[in-house]
Amino acid sequence: MPPRKSFGGGSGAGGGRGRSSSTTGAAAGKDGQRRPMFRRRKVCKFCSDKIDDINYKDTKLLLPFVPERAKILPRRISGTCATHQRKLRTAIMRARQLALIPYTVE
Amino acid sequence: MTRKYELVYIVSPDATDEQVADLHTQVDGIVQRIGGQIEKTDNWGRRRLAYEIGRHKEGTYVLEVINGSGELMKEIDRRLKVFDLVIRHLVVRVDEEQEVIERVRGKRTETSRRRRLARGLPADRLPGEGQRGDSDDDRDDRFDMREGI
Repeated sequence: MPPRKSFGGGSGAGGGRGRSSSTTGAAAGKDGQRRPMFRRRKVCKFCSDKIDDINYKDTKLLLPFVPERAKILPRRISGTCATHQRKLRTAIMRARQLALIPYTVE
Repeated sequence: MTRKYELVYIVSPDATDEQVADLHTQVDGIVQRIGGQIEKTDNWGRRRLAYEIGRHKEGTYVLEVINGSGELMKEIDRRLKVFDLVIRHLVVRVDEEQEVIERVRGKRTETSRRRRLARGLPADRLPGEGQRGDSDDDRDDRFDMREGI
């Protein structure tokens, strides 16, 4: 019998830790102050317009997300949610393969 | 195992209409032979390419929606690589995505109906109800391009 086994049996007392009230005051006073100008809150275009299908054939939908240099607009700027940004990315890459959207613009 | 695929190929702009039609019958032949079926064909006509492929600046796009197996698509892929007239092609499997889209859509209409009923409204929207355009800030200042640059 290894001695570890008996140790495992007796440890039930401390198991309930960690979950309890440790996650409170973290999110309280972080932001605010140093941004005087008003910034419009960004929303995901696809969520708000309820566009489920991000299709590679739909160039009209994709083009606003590949400005000037034809690079994919980052989420930080467009405000697209993670799910839709992922779908958007695959759609754009497919459209690029088919020369519907340029890879790059000089 | 039959799945749904989309095949898009770009035919060289030098090709005549007959040649394009001929390509379609060839693809159809392969599909028939290996036991699939073409659900839809769509010729987008001649379009400008976003970048040059080889020396071409234009191309005729053809979309085919095919029900069939993976082996079939592999064969088509192989054959299309050989044709000189086809300057680019892409095969995409679509059935799973479409299913997800359908499910999401179904769920959405269902919840909206339920909520509308809870508010004492008829389940479906009346024509003209809740149209956009009555608020003034739905214009696209949605992304502020200058910001990160």
